[in-house]
This record gives sequence, C-alpha cells and structure tokens, in this order.
Amino acid sequence: MTVERAGRPRRGGGPPGEPRRVGYLYLLPAFLVYAAFLLYPLVRSVQLSFYRWDGLTLGTWVGLDNYLEVVQDQGLRAAFAHALVLMVFYALVPLVVGLGLASILNRAKVRGLGFFRTVVFLPQVVAMVVVAVAWRRIYAPDGTLNSLLSAVGLGSLTRGWLGDYTLALPAVGFIGTWFETGLVTVLLLAGMGRISGELYEAARLDGAGPVREFLTVTLPSVRGEIAVALTLTVIAALRTFDLVYVTTRGGPGNSTSVPSYEVYHRAFELGQVGSAAAIGVCLTVIIFVISFAITRVGDRETT
Amino acid sequence: MRTSRAERAANYLILCAFAVFALFPILTIVVAALGPDDSGSGTPSASVAGVHVGNFAQAWQIGHFGTYLRTSLTVSVLVVAVSLVLSILSGFAFGTMRFRGSTVLFYLFLLGIMMPSEAIVVPLYFDLRSIGLTNTLWAIALPQIAQSVAFGTFWMRAYFRSSSRAIVEAARLDGASNRRILWQVLVPLARPAIVTLTVLTFMWTWNEFLIPLVMVTDESLRTAPLGLAFFQGQYTQGFTLLAAGAVIVALPVVALYLFLQRHFIAGMLEGAVRE
Repeated sequence: MTVERAGRPRRGGGPPGEPRRVGYLYLLPAFLVYAAFLLYPLVRSVQLSFYRWDGLTLGTWVGLDNYLEVVQDQGLRAAFAHALVLMVFYALVPLVVGLGLASILNRAKVRGLGFFRTVVFLPQVVAMVVVAVAWRRIYAPDGTLNSLLSAVGLGSLTRGWLGDYTLALPAVGFIGTWFETGLVTVLLLAGMGRISGELYEAARLDGAGPVREFLTVTLPSVRGEIAVALTLTVIAALRTFDLVYVTTRGGPGNSTSVPSYEVYHRAFELGQVGSAAAIGVCLTVIIFVISFAITRVGDRETT
Repeated sequence: MRTSRAERAANYLILCAFAVFALFPILTIVVAALGPDDSGSGTPSASVAGVHVGNFAQAWQIGHFGTYLRTSLTVSVLVVAVSLVLSILSGFAFGTMRFRGSTVLFYLFLLGIMMPSEAIVVPLYFDLRSIGLTNTLWAIALPQIAQSVAFGTFWMRAYFRSSSRAIVEAARLDGASNRRILWQVLVPLARPAIVTLTVLTFMWTWNEFLIPLVMVTDESLRTAPLGLAFFQGQYTQGFTLLAAGAVIVALPVVALYLFLQRHFIAGMLEGAVRE
C-alpha cells in the first residue's frame, strides 16, 4: 500500500500492462446482472422508504416519516434492541469461548485436531431451517432439554422455552452461539497457528505463565482474526431471519422480533411496504458502518 | 511444547465436550429420522436392522421433497454456472487489466458482498411482480446470481492478482490474446480457487431462505429449505418424518462438505467479508 502511495512505478502493486479498454467488455455481463438485481433494487429501496404504500394502491409521499418510525415506534425499537441482545449471543460469547478453546488447543498440540475442526465447523454448512427444526425439537415442552433437566432432578425448570416471554430471546440467541462458536474457534485457531514459536519462547524466558502468555503474545497476534470474527458474527446476528421465522415467528408477543423479520412481516404480511423498505435501508447502513468500523479498528491495531 | 499429562487429558476432555455440543442438535435429527415413526399412523415404516430407512421414503412422499429438491437443484446449478462464468470474466478484468474507474467499480462490487438480502428483496418483489416474473425460477435465481457475482468477482480478482502476474506478462509478450490467456492459461491453473467458489456458491444458494420465500407462492417452485419450513408448519403428527425431511434437505451440502471440507473452511475464512 505505502509503496503505491509514494508514487513509485506500479511494478509490484497494480495489474500488469498498459490501460486496456477491453477490460470493460469483460466486466460488462457481471456488471449488468449486478446492477439490475442488486444496485437498482437498493436505490428503489431508498425510494420506497419515502412512501407510505400497501403494495397495491397508489403510494403517498411521506418524507422521512418511515425513518422517524424506526426511531420512535415501540415495536421497531424493541426489534433493534433484540438484535443487540442477539449480538451478545452471536458475537461476544462465541468470541470469548473461541479464544479460550483455540488458545488451549494451540498450546497443546493435540492429535485429532483435523477431525475436531471438521466437526465444530459442521453447523456452518447446515441450512438454517434444518438447524431451526432441530432446536425447536430440543426446546419443545416435551423436548430434549426438558427431559434432560428432569433426568438430573431439575424438573422445576422445565418449560416451553420458545413460548416463554423472557426466555424465548435468549433461547434463540443460544442457537446463534451454537452456530457461530465453531466458526470463530476455527478462525482463531488458524490465526494462532501462524504465531511464531519464538514469541512464546521469549515470553517464557521472561517468566510468563499461561495467562500472561495469552495476554501479551496470543491476543495481540490474532487481532486481525478477532476483527474478522466479530464482523462475521455481528452481521449474522443482524441478519437473523430464517431462524426467527421458523422457530418463533417473532413471538410470543413480539419478544423475539428482529429487524430482518420486521422487514418481511411488514412488507409481505402487513402491507407496510414503505416502512419495511426503511428498516431494510437502516439495516444495510448499520451493517456497512459496523463492518467498516471493525475492520478499521482491526487494521489500525495490527499495524 | 511441553505439557503435563493432566493438562493433555483435560484438553482432550474439553475437545470432546465441545465436539459433542456441536454435533448434538444434528444427531437429534438424525437419530429421530432413523427411529420408529412416532406419528401413530399405524403403518410401520420399513426398517433394516432396527434402522427405519422407510421414514425417508414416507417423508419424501408426504412432504413432496422430490419436487423441492428438483427446484433447489435447478436453481443451484443455474446460479453456480452463470455466476461462475461472469465472475471469472470480471475477476480477470479487475485482476489483470488497468482501466479507468476500475477501483471505483470494484468498490461498487464490494458493496454487494455486504448488502443484506433484506435490503433488496422488498423492491425486487414488487418490481418483478409488475413484469410478471414472480413465481418463476428466474425470480429465485437472478437475485442470487447477482449476489454470487459480487462475491465471485472479489474472489477471482484476488486469485488472478496474487498468483498470475508473471504468467500473464509472459503470455502477453508471446502475443497471446486476452481470451486465450484467460481460458487456456489462467483458468486451468485457477482450478482450486474455482472449486472453492463453486462449493461456496452452491451452499449459499441451496441454503438460501428469504429470497425463495418471498418470490414464489407456487408449491412446485419451493426450494428444499422452504419446503421443509412449510412441512414443519403443516405436518404436526410427530417428529420422525419432519426429521427425515430435515436430513434430506441438509444432506447434499453436508455430503459435499465431508468430501471438500478444505475448500469450505478455507473459502469461508478467506472470503469472510461476504456474510
């Protein structure tokens, strides 16, 4: 990067050769599809968000009302607050657990690591609907979790987990924890595997124990991986749709409604298309800001 | 690194506990799908050595999973094939050529990697409806082709940039045309990157839920995850057939994962920006 900025000839940086117009031609088909089915809808989304429209009759221009609603409407504020709670379950918990697991595994070169990696990464490739079906079974009133609790004498704790007003959201969040922890662990393991052994030797010569070794060597070395992990998981939390749609449909009440679900619910079930578009635009902006912010912080701290 | 025997044992314990935790929900489904039918329908499903394989046949029949799998397969093949060709072309342009505006254009594509489907699905539905495209395979496939092209362009550009500079320069000195350089020199070399891109695109398309949910109402056009979601809503007589259906829906991607797991893991970690 710095080399290019210093204005040296682009031997190492950019693509080789002189400017080529034919590049546009190679780009054209991809760009057409991309523009027609992603860029144009995004612009239309912004446009729709300024209207009150039921999807059938003529819409009316309402200016920023739909955005004001996002800030003021109780239900929508709750939905965004739920997304924040989900972020704890999707991003924070997996990060803490993943850091612990990965550093333990990295310290002791255990055998069977490849198998372990395959297993803990598996949730990532299973369709979310299938995941939701599995966890609905686990959380059901006559499901696995309650049988387990009864078996160990905690029968008083059994309940229909997804029908409980206070516990449904954490229950959905925990599915996210289950889903993301493997990914985060594998990601951090890869990062830790690249740390040179000499750094640990040096730390040990200084008399550092496992904890100080973790804080002074491991943690700073995987800042880039932490940034990537946080970006992935925070965005996944914000985009939770399939899981909520299949497990709770936002209920009971609106205790598990999230922004993504509200987009679908309002546009295609309530006929509040403008409002749905505004939520979608907000969601997009939030995702862009968060991923830029996390990447920036990660970059600055690694260099 | 020296570690004590006790520490090693503890490590294996943690490892196993975590592996069990990761597998547990998946096993719940597999075990239920292979067990005796709990719907009380009276017709015992065919079983081989206590394993009730007949559940799959019954779920296939009652849940119409044959139709759903066919739709999913058609959509996936379409999305993978088209987006792959387009991504190779655009990645080649970004990775090996200099032209005015290439940086800006590339950032525009990057935007698409982060853009959530929720942002585009609302106007897409109403615009496609007004030109009569909803309730067709195209309505499911085209938006996903666009999403996959965004990631694919990013992916192929990174590959062409990092590995082929010297080759491209040599081939150009030899007077090879761009088309030849791409299809006869670079693409054969890029096979690992292309395989990774193919399996990732296939997985994302197969597992996609929101776009098919919004775009089609016709039952024969439901994709596999969508069919499963509806089956779960309608079939309440028990869990066995639902579990069997879930296994059917998950199996194609999981099987591919078991064979090509390196591509899945490396691709998802390196291409981390998309999700």
